[in-house]
Amino acid sequence: MTSPFSITLQPGGKWSARIGKGKSITLTAAGDGANLSALLYDAFHPSERYNMPDSLKAQHTAFYTAGHVLMSDQGRVLASVTEDTVGWHDPLGGYTNRVGTDSKYGSTSYQQERNAWHRSGEENLVVELYRHNLTPRDLSTPVNFFSKVICELDGSMRYIPQETAGRSVALRTEMDVLMVFSNTPNPLNPSKDYPESAVTICVADAAPVLEDDLCVNHCGENRRAFENTWNAYALMRGAN
Amino acid sequence: MSTFQPVVSEKTAAEAVYDRIIPAGEGWIHDLLPGQVLRIIDVEGNQAVDTLFYSTEDPSDHYSAVRTITRQHNLYLTTGSVLVAESGRELLKITADTCGRHDTIGGACSAQSNTVRYSHDTLPMHNCRDTFMLMLSGRSEFTKRDLAPNVNFFMNVPVTPEGELVFADGVSGPGRYVELTALAPVTVLISNCPQLNNPCNAYNPTPAQVLIWDVEGGGSHV
Repeated sequence: MTSPFSITLQPGGKWSARIGKGKSITLTAAGDGANLSALLYDAFHPSERYNMPDSLKAQHTAFYTAGHVLMSDQGRVLASVTEDTVGWHDPLGGYTNRVGTDSKYGSTSYQQERNAWHRSGEENLVVELYRHNLTPRDLSTPVNFFSKVICELDGSMRYIPQETAGRSVALRTEMDVLMVFSNTPNPLNPSKDYPESAVTICVADAAPVLEDDLCVNHCGENRRAFENTWNAYALMRGAN
Repeated sequence: MSTFQPVVSEKTAAEAVYDRIIPAGEGWIHDLLPGQVLRIIDVEGNQAVDTLFYSTEDPSDHYSAVRTITRQHNLYLTTGSVLVAESGRELLKITADTCGRHDTIGGACSAQSNTVRYSHDTLPMHNCRDTFMLMLSGRSEFTKRDLAPNVNFFMNVPVTPEGELVFADGVSGPGRYVELTALAPVTVLISNCPQLNNPCNAYNPTPAQVLIWDVEGGGSHV
């Protein structure tokens, strides 16, 4: 890639793309209270996809920050979190739907509000999935970048506001991935105002993975998932 | 802890219309009618019963772990929890529970995730996702895409406020059960976990039992 690619998703915006292995994807929030929901699939065989339980279990974590990786259901690494100035990204909050969006923020429509109407996470994700010949049955748990949701010991879940203005998180693709993004609110954000933070997605070539890599060395589980990923690509490469 | 509130069922095993033992490592798939009640029993204790649910009317609509937990603002399932599908469709309600807590985010073990969690040489070992796939492959309406994060009945996977995920000793015991009432036509898929790498069942997978009662006060048809 000669020059980086960049797109800004306004509140309610959506975007999806197939992004090759070895790219750096930097997500930067313009304001506070940002929430960017993301689903990840293998670009060419999307039945392999981001698996929330496998990723959390392997890393003994209920949130993501630098050093963590997003694993597929095949024990491989789809993408790594290489840098993070936010601190906590939520794997448990899910995405909004139309009923929830209307009841929380008030009913809006394109007829009345034109492009300022409130989009829901479910509709955004379904449209972008459908573009790639996937359907609602392919919906699963997204990663909600920029959001913090904590669980008390009794299991009760609470959204914690984070400063996100100007902050960013960088992912490195370890496989050829299909990434689907929706800039829609975290369902657990109690604010009655539809969040208004744009998020910029910048894609560039990533630096090579070196032996002292933060994500590879985060834990033995991550190293084995990387080994599974490297083996899978080695099996597909030609002799030269 | 305040969430541990066992609720005993008034139903008796003698009145059940269906009674089946699921040996450790085996799968079970079954359709429930609305109003039918399914009891899953942890026969010997500390077994994890990995379970998925689908709308029988629209099998592409799978149980959603996060839609279920965000709706109730709580990570764990117990009496009163309504299990919902990805579309938001209400599938079942937990109407009795003598265990008190069930895991929603631990998912199912797989050959591939075992290589990550334990070691590469665990790849050939029996695992839940293989069982799920074998059961789904027997019904033409399902494909691998229909595998979603599942419930682990009787399993305890606490999350700390600091965001750590830990595997704690079970809160279950011999004979404890969870009872679910179907709110819609629901297909239930169980893999009775055969996991031999995880100390949660003392490396001793044991049987589960399922009982079904018909719709109260009526026949088997709705």
